[in-house]
Amino acid sequence: MYGNRSRFLTIMLTLGLAFFYIPMILLVIYSFNHSKLVPVWGGWSLRWYSELFQSPEVWQAVSLSLQIAVVNATFATALGTLAGLAMVRFGRFRGRTLFGGMLVAPLVMPEVITGLSLLVFFISLNQLIGWPAERGFATITIAHITFSMAYVAVTIQARLTGMGQTLEEAAADLGAKPFKVLTAITIPQLTPALISGWLLAFTLSLDDLVIASFVTGPGANTLPILIFSRIRLGLRPDINALATIMILVIAICVAIAAIVMFRQQRADMLDRQMAEREEG
Amino acid sequence: MTVSSPSGAAPWLDQNEQQPLVQIKGVTKKYGEVTAVDNVDLDIYQGELFCLLGGSGCGKSTLLRMLAGFEDLNSGSITIDGVDMANVPAYERPTNMMFQSYALFPHMTVEKNVAFGLEQDEVPKFDIADRVHDILKLVELEDFKKRKPKQLSGGQRQRVALARALVKRPKLLLLDEPLAALDKKLRKQTQFELANIQEKVGVTFIVVTHDQEEAMTLSSRMAVMDAGRFQQIGTPTEIYEFPESRFVADFIGSANIFEGRVTEDGADHVRVQTEFCEVYIDHGHSVKVGSKIWVALRPEKIRITKSEEAVTGPNQVSAVIDDIGYLGETSIYKVALPNGDIFDVTRPNQTRPTHAMQQITWEDKVSISWDSSSAMLLNK
Amino acid sequence: MTDVSNKPPSVSQGSFGSQMMRRIQSHWRQIITVIPFFWLLFFFLAPFFIVAKISLAELAIASPPFTKLVEWTDSGIVTIRLVFDNFVYIWEDSLYFDTYVNSLKISVTSTILCLLFGYPIAYAIVRSGPVAKPLLLFAIILPFWTSFLLRVYSWMGLLADQGTINNLLIALGIIDEPIRMLYTEFAVYIGIVYTYMPFMILPLYATMEKLDNSLNEAAADLGSRPTNTFFRITLPLTMPGIIAGSLLVFIPATGEYVIPDLLGGGNVQMIGRVLFNEFSRNSDWPVAAAVAIVLLFILVLPIMVFQYFQGKASEER
Repeated sequence: MYGNRSRFLTIMLTLGLAFFYIPMILLVIYSFNHSKLVPVWGGWSLRWYSELFQSPEVWQAVSLSLQIAVVNATFATALGTLAGLAMVRFGRFRGRTLFGGMLVAPLVMPEVITGLSLLVFFISLNQLIGWPAERGFATITIAHITFSMAYVAVTIQARLTGMGQTLEEAAADLGAKPFKVLTAITIPQLTPALISGWLLAFTLSLDDLVIASFVTGPGANTLPILIFSRIRLGLRPDINALATIMILVIAICVAIAAIVMFRQQRADMLDRQMAEREEG
Repeated sequence: MTVSSPSGAAPWLDQNEQQPLVQIKGVTKKYGEVTAVDNVDLDIYQGELFCLLGGSGCGKSTLLRMLAGFEDLNSGSITIDGVDMANVPAYERPTNMMFQSYALFPHMTVEKNVAFGLEQDEVPKFDIADRVHDILKLVELEDFKKRKPKQLSGGQRQRVALARALVKRPKLLLLDEPLAALDKKLRKQTQFELANIQEKVGVTFIVVTHDQEEAMTLSSRMAVMDAGRFQQIGTPTEIYEFPESRFVADFIGSANIFEGRVTEDGADHVRVQTEFCEVYIDHGHSVKVGSKIWVALRPEKIRITKSEEAVTGPNQVSAVIDDIGYLGETSIYKVALPNGDIFDVTRPNQTRPTHAMQQITWEDKVSISWDSSSAMLLNK
Repeated sequence: MTDVSNKPPSVSQGSFGSQMMRRIQSHWRQIITVIPFFWLLFFFLAPFFIVAKISLAELAIASPPFTKLVEWTDSGIVTIRLVFDNFVYIWEDSLYFDTYVNSLKISVTSTILCLLFGYPIAYAIVRSGPVAKPLLLFAIILPFWTSFLLRVYSWMGLLADQGTINNLLIALGIIDEPIRMLYTEFAVYIGIVYTYMPFMILPLYATMEKLDNSLNEAAADLGSRPTNTFFRITLPLTMPGIIAGSLLVFIPATGEYVIPDLLGGGNVQMIGRVLFNEFSRNSDWPVAAAVAIVLLFILVLPIMVFQYFQGKASEER
């Protein structure tokens, strides 16, 4: 590349990364601040962590959020995979354009609109058939599945187009019926996309505030709802502590994923070298 | 075209008359530990069509990219038309390149692609239109000027790329595997077209190719490259008929190569004793009596005759037909020599094989022989 | 009872089971398509029609607080009452009108800011070496996996009157009084650019990565200087990425609720926040529904453009 532009790009990249990470680092540092006023340094302390752990509200919110996230991720992955298969492998069918549109729209639809429409939907449904009698776990989960399945479908579609149809055609050529091809070839091939789709849906659910706020009922507070109700009024040192724990959990998950991927790659490489040596 | 003097036809032979257009001196390019181009020297003269021939990774493309200004040199110098190119960026060099992928701008029409280079030089608008029209006429694409590259066939894209590079009338045109993306039939036809266009416009061409047939057809001179070095530089005939090394003899065309020892070295002949026969060569060669040497024989220069009795003597030996490959225009015979070596021999199929009796077939006893001018001696 | 005993139950059950299997085997494609399709029809599309319906109703003191559109009168005649009052109200009340304009101003400006900063960052990643490239890409994606809410919160601590930036500037002697940054429009811009930047960088990266470097070289070879090459070759060819990234930022940013609420406080009016408050505090559902419908109409064109590009991209892959 050309000299001066290269330097310009490097500067922009460095500034960008600093912009991304400095606020998070400060957030973590201030969680160990003894002072009740977040930005005023009062010495190192774990005070806010112990306060956090003693709060039953926090534990309830964490538990509810995790339950919703797991159920949501599982259903969203299943539905998103079916939708992705339908879009990529089944060619043209009636309503494909509408279906495709509904699959992409949740990716960009403002959350306030999705949340509002689901709330009025649940209320109308309640008037019609008496369900859902009260809003909470079930309504939040349904709402989350609806928008996370779109994200899963995108992941699956990318993988399906990426891997091509050769293996499936080979299986069909060897006499496998279409249903067998799907279960024996396509689904196993999709595994990495299924895992990343599940994790994506899980994270999206844990992260959602707006839609959950609309469709929740009294008493059912997810973790984001709890955090939001506290920080609306200003800085809260216990939220810094909570944020630090969440960042730590994510960092550990990412590190594990990275190690697994690295090991897998190394194992693949060793296998290949071994095979080549045997051949030679 | 009239050839006024020998030096006009072959400027590389005349040391004094003409200044080389391109002078490459001691050029080296390293990528980390790997040396892509290793201390090479080369002079190329105005009007030449010079081919750099070699396998993948031999350094030929790197050398071309250094001429275009896309790669820096680690050491050495490149001079074009008397100007040192050391600090001249690609966009100010008097060279243009035709890329292997053609690198046509996908968002511009044929016309816009071709005009792009002229616009950079701030050529007046009406002039641009004229020159674009002329060059598109030369490559027979006037009717396609409003199309985008996506709407063209492979051969048409290739011609757009050529037109785009030529329209700026560069002092030197660099072509990176210009025909590699075409299918075989089109490639053969285009080889001649390319040479014709070069003759018409009179621009010096440097062509990088891995296809020896392409290099032989196109070039006035060529260089065979391997491992970042030139193995031999010369006209196609020189390279084919007088290779200097086993590598070149084997890389260009095919050759039966075998070892021998020099027994006699005269001013106008050489004798070499090998495992199966004596080789007599009717011209002088700088060799030492008693030294080890390699002999190379082109398959098409060997004759096969049916013969039941064993023959020995200079330039002939008994053999048995081991295998035959029918290629259409020629047939290739694998013949086994008394010492177990297998030679390739090719024969044109000048008649249809109607009389099976006259044909040479499997397990036939034959004798093979060659002219005393045919064998090539190789020191390395 | 006799009816049931007449049929040989074991046979019918067995054949029923195998019939089911055969049904599934021969119709599984339809089943696969139908399940997610109906889920979306039911939970995604149908709710919009209900919102549209409510936006045409009147406020009523009831639960839910709106009148029914369709009523069965005693004589069995359906009466449909459409009330466009809510839309007229939104149009005439300068609060709503100004809020829409302000939302668009903020989302358009943030999109441009994301593009201006995101483009060189994406280009820098594409230009990085084979080792650095995946790491840098990872560093861009990583914040996406951490909580959105907490990322916004992290800026509250930086921008507050007693926050890190003001404390630092005062300690350095650059300012005497803290600058008011939190609860201003400036803070909202920071928040949107900070949280939506990865959505700009990733599509840009994807299109730039596909770009053949020999096009740049060809332009240079034909005499084009680097800046000219950028504007005539690179920029037009990365346009799909620019459009996708811009829409991915612009559409959700227009309806953003959390960022204006936390970083803008009461001082920055954006339509997402007005909608949420209209709904939860005032309980004027018909007006809130009308606000949502208008927002949807504003965004429907960009959403369709986005879908078009999304479809084209997946076909090309």
